[in-house]
Amino acid sequence: MTHRPTPEQDVRVQHAVGTLLRAGVLLAALVVLAGGVLFLLRHGGGASDYRVFHGEPMGLEAFGGIVRDGVSGSGRGIVQLGLLILVATPVARVAFTAVVFALERDRTYVLVALLVLSLLLKSLAG
Amino acid sequence: MNTLAFSATIAAAAFCAGFLGSLTGLGGGFIITPVLTLLFGADIHYAIGASLISIIATSSGAAAAYVREGFTNLRVGMLLEVATVPGALVGASLVAVLPTRLLTVAFGLVLLVSAWLTTRPRAEHLTADAPADALASRLRLDSEYPTAAGPQRYRVRRVPGGFALMWVAGVLSGLLGIGSGAVKVLAMDQVMYLPFKVSTATSNFMIGVTAAASAGIYLRRGYVDPGLTMPVVLGVLAGSMLGARLLFGTPTRRLRMLFAAAVAVIALQMIYHGVFGGR
Repeated sequence: MTHRPTPEQDVRVQHAVGTLLRAGVLLAALVVLAGGVLFLLRHGGGASDYRVFHGEPMGLEAFGGIVRDGVSGSGRGIVQLGLLILVATPVARVAFTAVVFALERDRTYVLVALLVLSLLLKSLAG
Repeated sequence: MNTLAFSATIAAAAFCAGFLGSLTGLGGGFIITPVLTLLFGADIHYAIGASLISIIATSSGAAAAYVREGFTNLRVGMLLEVATVPGALVGASLVAVLPTRLLTVAFGLVLLVSAWLTTRPRAEHLTADAPADALASRLRLDSEYPTAAGPQRYRVRRVPGGFALMWVAGVLSGLLGIGSGAVKVLAMDQVMYLPFKVSTATSNFMIGVTAAASAGIYLRRGYVDPGLTMPVVLGVLAGSMLGARLLFGTPTRRLRMLFAAAVAVIALQMIYHGVFGGR
């Protein structure tokens, strides 16, 4: 029995990866939109100024803080949660590809994918 | 201008950027940062933060389409991400160290080179009958892609050279909040002899992962402001989806030249702005 992928398997992988990417972007866009509407309803009359850079208020920056703020229902928090889903989409794609390579018993590329995945997770977790 | 009007104006500008970017194949993230800094006076740190996040959205959308059509080389993409991801981490760490004006000049220079790279005529390498490259064979990088005449085989060459150039693409991506698509395509089609369509598709596939590597650092340092990024992401995404629907993957040469010329003017403006300050 050989472990080379058949074309049929490859097409299924292509469709699965495509669907994963599309779903991630769509979900992220909807969450960002919802948060944005909420943010503008509450603060739309205020002023915006991005001329001078002054870090983000603590809490919106770190991974756990973003999730907590998003769940708490503040407009900016929900937007940031949507952005986090967007960032997580390619990370999920790498994890998925690692599984595909594992099913193909392609040990080299499982290692390559896991290396990339660990670098990404380490960067996101800080 | 209140926040509502400000957000609406930015969303409209981002929509145009995304639309033109996908219509010409140059990518919408390309001009987001100049638009935000030159037109809206935003600090470049907020601008590259918003740009980096939008790039993840547009490249993932484009990658989904390409991967379904069978152009993307998963192994080449995965392997080269080992170069772009550490590169991006280096680049994103440098943002905090470099002075804003130097960052602005660097952005202008990279924009200028990218515009030139994407308009220059390219020669397709025919590699179906070429001898196998030892390293590429061992890594099983050779593959095939769909053409009008059926699946066409291609061979991959010069993996170390492509890998090195990909690291540079990663650094630029992390440093400037761009996709570095032009450099990625250069590494694949000119150095590694991949066909254009495969290079473009695989580049789009990699851009999101490269950008996600920097995103962690950008988020922690506060470069990603939700109030500014929200209209940018939604605008660019809607614009690029419309552009892709109108003219998928076949930008006319004249349109590309026109857009590249406009990008070059913007790039020169960025350089001027960085060198002399003020506007």
